[in-house]
This record gives sequence, C-alpha cells and structure tokens, in this order.
Amino acid sequence: MKSARPGSERELQRLIIDAVRAEMPVEVLGAGTKRNIGRPVNAGLAITTASLRGVTLYEPTELVMGARAGTPLADIEERLAVKGQMLAFEPIDLGPVLGGAAGSGTIGAVFATNLSGSRRVMSGGARDHLLGIEAITGAGQAFRGGGRVMKNVTGYDLCRAVCGSWGTLAVMTSVIFKVLPRPERTGTLIFLGLDDTSAIEALCAALGTPFEVSGAIHLQAPLAARLKHAGLAATQKAVTAVRIETFESSLRYRLDRLKEALRAFGEIHELDDASSLAFWKELRQLSVLQGNAAPLWRISTAPRSGPTVVAAIARYMECRAFYDWSGGLIWAEVLDTADAGAGDVRRVIASHGGHATLVRAAPAVRAGIDVFQPLEPDLDAITRGIKAVFDPADILNRGRLLANL
Amino acid sequence: MLVNVLPPPDRAVVSRRDAIAKDLARLVAPGGVIADEDGRRAFETDGLSAYRCMPLAVVLPRSTEEVSRVLKYAHENGITVIPRGAGTSLCGGALPAEDAIVIGVSRMNRVLDVDLENRTARVETGITNLGISGAVQPHGFFYAPDPSSQLACTLAGNIAMNSGGAHCLKYGVTTNNVLGIKMVLVDGRVVEIGGAHLDASGYDLLGLIIGSEGQFGIVTEATVRILRAAEAARPMLLGFDSSEIAGRCVSAIIASGIIPVAIEFMDKPAIHVCEAFAKAGYPLDVEALLIVEVEGSEEEISTLLARIVDIAKPFKPRGVRVSQSAEESAAIWRGRKSAFGALGRISDYFCMDGTIPLGRLPEVLVRIGEICTGHGLKVANIFHAGDGNLHPLILFNANDADQLRRAEQAGADILKLCVEVGGCLTGEHGVGVEKRDLMPSQFTSGELALQMRIKTVFDPQWLLNPHKVFPLEGREIEHQAWEH
Repeated sequence: MKSARPGSERELQRLIIDAVRAEMPVEVLGAGTKRNIGRPVNAGLAITTASLRGVTLYEPTELVMGARAGTPLADIEERLAVKGQMLAFEPIDLGPVLGGAAGSGTIGAVFATNLSGSRRVMSGGARDHLLGIEAITGAGQAFRGGGRVMKNVTGYDLCRAVCGSWGTLAVMTSVIFKVLPRPERTGTLIFLGLDDTSAIEALCAALGTPFEVSGAIHLQAPLAARLKHAGLAATQKAVTAVRIETFESSLRYRLDRLKEALRAFGEIHELDDASSLAFWKELRQLSVLQGNAAPLWRISTAPRSGPTVVAAIARYMECRAFYDWSGGLIWAEVLDTADAGAGDVRRVIASHGGHATLVRAAPAVRAGIDVFQPLEPDLDAITRGIKAVFDPADILNRGRLLANL
Repeated sequence: MLVNVLPPPDRAVVSRRDAIAKDLARLVAPGGVIADEDGRRAFETDGLSAYRCMPLAVVLPRSTEEVSRVLKYAHENGITVIPRGAGTSLCGGALPAEDAIVIGVSRMNRVLDVDLENRTARVETGITNLGISGAVQPHGFFYAPDPSSQLACTLAGNIAMNSGGAHCLKYGVTTNNVLGIKMVLVDGRVVEIGGAHLDASGYDLLGLIIGSEGQFGIVTEATVRILRAAEAARPMLLGFDSSEIAGRCVSAIIASGIIPVAIEFMDKPAIHVCEAFAKAGYPLDVEALLIVEVEGSEEEISTLLARIVDIAKPFKPRGVRVSQSAEESAAIWRGRKSAFGALGRISDYFCMDGTIPLGRLPEVLVRIGEICTGHGLKVANIFHAGDGNLHPLILFNANDADQLRRAEQAGADILKLCVEVGGCLTGEHGVGVEKRDLMPSQFTSGELALQMRIKTVFDPQWLLNPHKVFPLEGREIEHQAWEH
C-alpha cells in the first residue's frame, strides 16, 4: 500500500479528490497507534495527518484550544499543563495495550475515536468537549462544523457526527476543544477484595453523593495483581477505587464525608496525592491489560448491569474484567478463540443493553466478525445514509466500522 | 408579519382540511385533534410572537403509537408536519404553516422510570424541563440544563434545540445530558437510540439528532442523566463601573482555576428592569453586574466566594454582596430568570442569542450599542458570561411596522457581528425561522448543502419542520443535486 503524509490541508484535499477519481480506497491515520482496531481496511493508499501539526489557538481564560489534527496529544497536554489546565475527559491511551508505545497518539484521533477515560463520569466524554472541526469529506469537500465558542446550536451538530466515526466520514484537519483547570489536589479511596456486585454498588453509591466523584473503577483480582502500584498489586485482592479531585481546602472534607457514606462496604484505605496521580495515570494507559495479546472487549452498558454482563460472559469463557465509569464501561480480557467469543458476548449484550467493541484481536479474527456492535436495521439504514452523504464513493476506511460500509 | 417567511401553502392540502381532520381523529384517542379555528389559534405562534400562522390542524397525541400513526398518515399523504413542545421557542422553531399539521407532545408528560443507582430518568418528552428535576428532587437529584423557560418548556423542545441555560458552564447543555431517545421517523417507524449507557455505538446519531430542530423525527421518550445536587449553592453579586471591567473580571476568575457553576452578566438597562420587577436587591448605580454562583458545602462555598472576592479586588467591584440565605439566593436568581418576562411588561423585544469569544466582549458590547442606536432603538444586555452566550434584548413597539423592521435589522446586524468576531448566530435558542436567512453569513453554500443532505437522509421529502434552519432559496437545487 502507498502512503501519503500531506503537509497542508489543501494537499490532503487534493489526495482525496484524486482517490475518488481513481476509485481508490483510503486508510485514514493519525499516528497509526489505533490502526489495529476495527475490521482490517483494504486500502490502496494510507493518508496520515501526522504532518498537520501545531496548536493554532489557545485562550486559557476562555477555556478553549485549537490544534491541527496531527498534533501529538502529548504536546497538547504539555501546553495545557503550563497554564494549569487539562483535557477533562482524560483520553485513554490505547497504544500500549495494542503493543505500541505510550503517548504517541494525535489529538485528531482522540476525537475521531471518541476516547474518554475515567473522568468521563463527571466531566463528559471526548464528544462533549469537541467544539469545532475542519475536515475534508470523502468527496473531497472541505467543511467546518461548530466553531471556537462554548455554546453553539447553529445548524446541525456536525462535530458530533464526525466525532467517534473512526475516519469513515471525513478526515479531520483541525479540531477546537474545551479545556478545564487541573484540580489542585487528588485523593483516592480504596476498597480491597470486594466482589464485583458489591464493588459496583459502592461505586454507584459514591457517584450518588454530592462530593463530585471523578473516577470510579473496579479491578478483578487477577488484573489488580498486574498494577504497577506495588503495594496494591501485592495484596492479591480485587481493587475498587474512588477518586476525588478538588481544591486543597476541600479535599479532606470530601474524602471524610465520602468515607462515611461508603462505610458499609468495608475497610477503606487512602492513596495520597502523589500515589493517586500515579494510580490514575497507569489506569489511563490500561496498564493492567498490557503485555499480552489476549482478545480485549470494550463493553458499554448501564452501570448496575456491569457485573451481570461480566458474570454472563464468564459463563461462556474465561474473562477478566476492569470496570470503569462505576460499572458502565467494562474492559474484558477473554481467552483467545476463533471468534474471540463474539457470538456469546453479543448475545449477552442483547439481553442486558449496551454495546461491545473488540478492541484487541488478531487480524484474522477481526476480519471474520463484527468488531463494532452491529446496528438494528433501521439505524443501520440511517448510518449508511449518513456515510453516503459524507463519503458517497465509500473510499474512507472502507469496511472498518461495519462490513460493506 | 409573514412576508417571505413561509412559502405559499399547498392549496390542495388546505382545501381538504375537514377530511384530513376527520382522518386524524380516527388515528388518535378522542379529544386529540384540534381543527376548529379558535382551537387552532392557540397554536398559531410560539415565543417569537411577531410571526404567526394558523396551522391546518393540531394533534395532541398521548402515546408514541399515536405519534407514529399520525406521522405515517402525513407521510403517505405528503403533508408537512410541525413538531411542537410547549411553544416557547424564541426563534420561531414551532411556527406552523397553513398546510401543516402541528403535532404537540405536551400531553405525553409521564415520568416512566427513575433509576438513582444508574443516575438516569426515563421520561416522555412532553414533560417540562423543571418537571424532570421535580421528579428526582426528593432524592436529592436534578436534571442539569436549565433554560429560563424551564417552568414551561418541554424536554422535546430542549432536545430539538439543544437548549442550554445559566448553569451549563459547569453541567453542559442538553446534548451532554441525554443518553437515549425513542424517536418516531417521518414515515412512522419508531427507533431507539442509545440507552442508559454513556456512549454511542456507531455514529453519534444522538448527537446529530439533538439540536436538529425537529427536522429529523419526533422524539417521544428520552433517558436523561440525573445528577446528585451539591450540598448547597450560593450566588454573589459583583457590580462594576463598566462592562469591559466586568468582562476582565470573568476572565480572571476562570484563569484562577475556579469554574463557578454560573456567571451571569447584566448591563445597566437590564439591571434596572429586572430589579423593578423582582426586587432582587441588585445595585442600581453600577454599569454592569455579575451574578457568580458556586456550589459545595457551606464551608467550601465560603472559601470559594472569598477567593473570588480577592480575585475581583483589582477590578474595583461595587455593591459586592454574598447571599446570606436561601430566600436571598432565590431572589437573586428570580431577578435574572424573570428578565425576559420583566422586559416584556414594558416593551416588545427581540431576544438575540449569539455567542462570542469572551475576549471580544468589550468591543462587541460597544458595537451592539452603536447598532441599536443607529436603528433608533434601545437595547438591554444579559448573557451567560462564562461561555460567551449573549442575549441582547432589542426593545421596539410591535404595532409600529417600521420599528419592527428596524428591530429585525438591528438583530441581524448584531448576529452578523457575533459571527464576524469568531462566534456564532445562536448559542442555545436555535435557528428556526428567525435566523434562517442569516445562515449564509456563518456557513458556505457547500456547508449548508452538506447539512441539508443529512436532513434528506432522515426525511427524504422534507416534510418535517421544513421551513426552518436553512434559507428557502437555493434548496431545490440542492434537492436535485442530491437526488441525481
């Protein structure tokens, strides 16, 4: 396959127009760290936005930043840290679990894949922070969606249409997004050895308090044993963690009140500011799921359904779960089989609600199954209609999201 | 006042009114169809009352099935449909057409399920915005988006317009707080999108539908996020000698790392009107007033407000007052939230809704003043300062056709100014008919065509709320370009 690394938006647009003329399918990439997610794309040309770099707008007092799509996420976060700000949706770094390096993804890809981390429960996801895009459709049309202001309902919300579309609708060349102040202090409450059901009950209870819990995760014991945090890993027990991020003057008060509220769930340990930051940082890179090639499912469901979904899957196959979003997001590592358990996982999802994506699996497995959740017929038709509006010749990341799309 | 707002109606449809009304009556439970003139008149306008048009008929269904049957009927007969919530749109989003059936969801207002553990509520969309919070308040929860019209406006309308409110600086707007919907498509099919989980599978159809101004389908049920309310909340008032200084103070607060749950701005004319109406205790001798609200425990609130007072000091605030009681807090908010009603008692007005980058505020306020003076009109400014969402209120006399025309022109000039400085035409009210013809000032024809093609995916014949959002001219070409 040929590859192209356009140095300007105009050049990228020309490449796409030429590809349409040549009826040549195109694979769309940022840095390529998530290239192995989704159904394998059979393309004649790979276009990367990696040369479209640089922060184009940063107004800390307006909580807004703009950058060209290929700007490394690491650069963005560095710039924000200087002003005491951050991406509040805490995008997870999928690079290491897919066998790549940490910290090498681009900001465009963060939004193209709608990646959000643990803070999603409080602050919203990537899609909630995207304010504006500039992009080129699969027909080679340059367009803008949204803008640089916080509130904007002018016309249809094309930002959200493109966010999470995995490069199948348009190639983003620029993004503008909301940023927020970093918290002054971080504290973490830890339970050890809770079973899944009690853990999720505790996490949901925590989120039902007024203390603004910004992270609520549960690691089954075999995964907790892989934590880099040596003390926690050594316990050989399941780890349930609740995060509070706030002003220094509030942290003690909130942790204490939360402990009172959660007392019934068992003994509560605390991580101090520095270990809290390290702990949530390793979770952001899915540290406990790195270092092996076992199939990895990402399942989104109602929080209280999480343990039921995992137990149901575990009836069919060996399964190790990392719950985030108070149970609403499940990273499930399963035994390697011909279909990575897809048939059973989908059946379980069908009866409990939500959706499942096979994030990690060998290409042969991904080529043979639906990697993303198949859609109901009516929604499938709408989805294909939207794809046809943006990419009438079906050249962008063909087949990556759904077969024949 | 309908010059060029609506295209000529389909006379063949209008002439069949009686037969159509009879057909509709067979599709819904008794009392669900309004076809008489007096009954229809209640639906001839919305919150933008300068525009009026009697609809062909009005249907008030009580279930998704009834909505589905009516849409299927309209679709089969090629009749236009205007979805309606409570009719509080400030941009003419629910303005009927003479040949159109209005489908109002206001009778579908049940709370179907409250799930505190999953922090969701499932409701019918005819419920009022405040009704959702009312249902979960006994448990200490609330539904976050809070448009000023929240007592009356429906969730259906909020979804159509992606409504915001004073507290969205912290909690986001409608699209950030809706997780799932049940929607009736134009041909009567019913689809469910999303659910109680936090992200979409496949394209973010929910994100696309929220804010589509009733042009993609009729949303009849929704699963919304509910949040546990903070232990307490307290506003404070900060007065300033100029709007520019107030704006700089807002920037300084945000730069310090504090994101108040709301920062509301009022200029002198707005302060005076609101104070006269609500007796909120606003200072009358300042040029600009900020209402800054923070949340937390009583002690956290005191600490944060003290920090904000410190931050504000260099800007020489006057009339600084921290609310000391729940009653005082309520009075402060009553003043702000009743602004539109208060103004309505003394004058007709157009409420504009542009958003600007906050840094351009001083310059924009000066130019808004110049624009209105230039048209011989007065203006009062209210806005959500934290997110740059302006609400200039242009005062005029609706019985004076010339004043009305000048007010419309001033509004258009203000919105173009918002776009010119890097903002947008509408931050939370929607485009409707009001701003439809200004869309080319924000979007290229290619961008508008792209959006219109998305509508065509959902509604190939353009039967749903078709006269809104996009300029009427140039549409046929786009249809044809798309169809061939």
